[in-house]
Amino acid sequence: MAEPLHPELENPRRRDFIHVATGAFVATGAAMVVYPFIQQMNPSADVLAMATVEVDLSKLQPGQGMKVKWQGKPVLIRYRTPAEISDAIKADTADLRDPEKDAARVKAEHPNFLIAVGVCTHLGCVPLGAASGETRGEYGGFYCPCHGSVYDTSGRIRKGPAPKNLEVPKYAFKSPTVVEIG
Amino acid sequence: MFKLGAFFAGLGFAAAVLWGIWNYEGLAYPDAVKQLHAKPKEVVFANDGAFGSYDLAQLQRGFAVYKGVCSSCHSMKLVSFNAMRDLGYSEAQVKALAKTYDVASIDDKGEPTTRKGLPSDNFPGPYANDEAARAANNGALPPDMSLLASAREEGPRYIYSLITGYAANNTAHYKQLDETTDSSGHKTKLEKLVKYETPDGKYYNPYFSNLNISMPPPLAADGLVDYTDGTKATREQMAKDVSAFLTWTSEPKLEARKRMGTNVLAFLAVLIVLTYLSKRKIWANIK
Amino acid sequence: MAMDWMVDYQPKSGISKWIDQRLPLPRLVYNTLGGYPTPKNLNYFWNFGSLAGMFLVIQIVTGIVLAMHYSANTLVAFNSVEHIMRDVNYGWLIRYLHMNGASFFFVVVYIHIFRGLYYGSYKEPREMLWILGVVIMLLMMATAFMGYVLKWGQMSFWGAKVITGLFSAIPLIGTSIQTLLVGGPVPDNYTLNRFFSLHYLLPFVIVGVVILHIWALHIPGSNNPLGIDVKGPQDTVSFHPYYTIKDLFGVCVALFIFCIFVFFTPDLLGDPDNSIMANPMATPAHIKPEWYFWPFYGILRAFTFDFFGIPAKLWGVLAMFSSILLLFVLPWLDNSPVRSANFRPIYRQMFIVFVIDILVLGWCGGSPAAEPYVIISRFATAYYFIHFLVLVPIVARLETPVSLPKSIGTPVLNYGNLQPAE
Repeated sequence: MAEPLHPELENPRRRDFIHVATGAFVATGAAMVVYPFIQQMNPSADVLAMATVEVDLSKLQPGQGMKVKWQGKPVLIRYRTPAEISDAIKADTADLRDPEKDAARVKAEHPNFLIAVGVCTHLGCVPLGAASGETRGEYGGFYCPCHGSVYDTSGRIRKGPAPKNLEVPKYAFKSPTVVEIG
Repeated sequence: MFKLGAFFAGLGFAAAVLWGIWNYEGLAYPDAVKQLHAKPKEVVFANDGAFGSYDLAQLQRGFAVYKGVCSSCHSMKLVSFNAMRDLGYSEAQVKALAKTYDVASIDDKGEPTTRKGLPSDNFPGPYANDEAARAANNGALPPDMSLLASAREEGPRYIYSLITGYAANNTAHYKQLDETTDSSGHKTKLEKLVKYETPDGKYYNPYFSNLNISMPPPLAADGLVDYTDGTKATREQMAKDVSAFLTWTSEPKLEARKRMGTNVLAFLAVLIVLTYLSKRKIWANIK
Repeated sequence: MAMDWMVDYQPKSGISKWIDQRLPLPRLVYNTLGGYPTPKNLNYFWNFGSLAGMFLVIQIVTGIVLAMHYSANTLVAFNSVEHIMRDVNYGWLIRYLHMNGASFFFVVVYIHIFRGLYYGSYKEPREMLWILGVVIMLLMMATAFMGYVLKWGQMSFWGAKVITGLFSAIPLIGTSIQTLLVGGPVPDNYTLNRFFSLHYLLPFVIVGVVILHIWALHIPGSNNPLGIDVKGPQDTVSFHPYYTIKDLFGVCVALFIFCIFVFFTPDLLGDPDNSIMANPMATPAHIKPEWYFWPFYGILRAFTFDFFGIPAKLWGVLAMFSSILLLFVLPWLDNSPVRSANFRPIYRQMFIVFVIDILVLGWCGGSPAAEPYVIISRFATAYYFIHFLVLVPIVARLETPVSLPKSIGTPVLNYGNLQPAE
């Protein structure tokens, strides 16, 4: 008899090793299977591909604004008048909740265009003030109707519950009247 | 009682089919399509087999053939410009490529217009809709090419064979069975060779399902497409390249699939050995 | 056959006692998968029950994920499937698992059924277990058929049209039933929406019936290759660890074969025509269902002639439905007290012929509707019905079985080759 009668008694370590290895492999395999099933919930390739949008600004007049869709979110664009620009620069010194200079929120060559993501930093509503006729709040910028946050002409939070300024997306001017957002 | 009922039900079904066997009409004489239809030619592609992967240079050449020849009639609506980066094009190249296409859009007055394509767009088709496509092609609809290689048996080989398989109309002959009855009622069967007639406006192609295809030979001459990588653009080469390209449009994830498959199978092979050893250990004391 | 030697669940720690008194879920799991006394002589054909369970889980998990990305609308359904294949992270993997998982679910369940037929697992006292199994198979067929329609390719559409058309063969009310199922004159958006809803629902109904199936299994206990009753503790082992590890080994082997299909020939079992979007104006040249319906499709197409005043169409539909439904009464057709075909020399030969017959029917059902396939399928269909309804009852009465071993424990000397001493 080459085989011992009770191999598990004579060589308990080897027996344990095989069961432990099997268990470890099964657990590893299960973990690897979970990965694609979680990953499929993340944005798909076609959603990620919508990363940039080109906007033609030639139709805007000073004082007017527009809303464009970028990655599913609204982007507010305002062609600011000289008075609005100077208001914004004046407020640089004011006691701001989220201190930021106006110059840091616009491009130096195109200070007349304010481009900001139209998602209120409070709970995500779209502030009013881009389209003509909409209320712009007491600082002449944007006003969020959900909970009353007020933004100035630089998109900075001035009043209400929102904690931060409107986010400025990455953008670049392709020509004096065409901007690429994203 | 129940079994008697089952017994007769069984005999009933059996009798019904046996009645059909009794009335067997025999094999039909193979028609022209059966006789002349050809199986796809044998062609080897880089992506064949368990470890095969795409030849990117070939896919790029195939895309050039699609763009230069096929795309004037065939759409490729499921493929996005962005997906072309899998062929080895850079982001900038894809952007530039997309710009060369006009995509349907609506202007600010609500009128239909076009805009320059973006990487996130899919390839626009050559026609506004299927009706326009039929109207421009004698009533035939050029199929969308995105899934063409999956939508035919032996897809890539079929496409290659079809493109290179056009034959002059007057060469094809098939056998016909003539049955004549003389005055005494005696039947004689005679096989004769008949010339295959292709209807007007169609082209004879033995690889096409009913032999008569509406598409004129698409790669009629060598050098129809300018290859930038120095490959000679013979008809066979172009057909092979575009077949490989259409395999990719059908199955863009083929390489990831095979790579993952190899790893998964290796893992499972180890696990099979481990569970087998575990099982043997556990069962060792059961007699 | 109560196996009173089963060691009942013993909660050890205080917390497991606490739980056991309030919600005895651990007790239920233990009694089902832990201490359940299982015949010790089961061969590898007994793995296919747990494999079927695994593929059911694979189908439900991948199906729920696919439903997160799929749109049940005829305008976008086909493209949303391609969106899964091209854009969704690992979408191709999940869809290929689901597609091939359906086929493997049927492979495994068909082998499970043939095992039951060979070893007489449908016989007293397991009739209810068998009937619930047939119910599961019918539910699987309905689910698979509706799932195939969801892709909204050419075969989806024409499959939906042809299969619902079967019901129109029923005299008087047939057309009304067909319209009710489809929701209109031809399959369209309304059909796709209801099929999606039902395709999502039915798998959970299957889970419910599977639970009943397992419950019905645990009352009499498992059958075994000898087909004789378990006599005492010397004949059984506890399910865990003996059969949990054996099933796990089987699962790994099955997954290996499954993965060869999923990763290396994912479209082999599919049909190229389903890569073309549904077109109600043009029928594909060669309509055929998925392979797992081929034997039944072969029976359907064997009838192309009116006979005995009944139209061909009705004959085909009657025969096709009867071929499945007669499985419900099989326990009462076969009165032989011997379960395992190993001890029934004539039935054993018949069984082999029957398996070949099913394969021939499948081959005919997947071939074009032309000769010689039609005449072959007629012979095969005749045998199918004669086998179940004529030969099985007669052979059960006339056959002299080989003498059975006294118990699972006795043929201990040649245990392993499963051919007991005669």
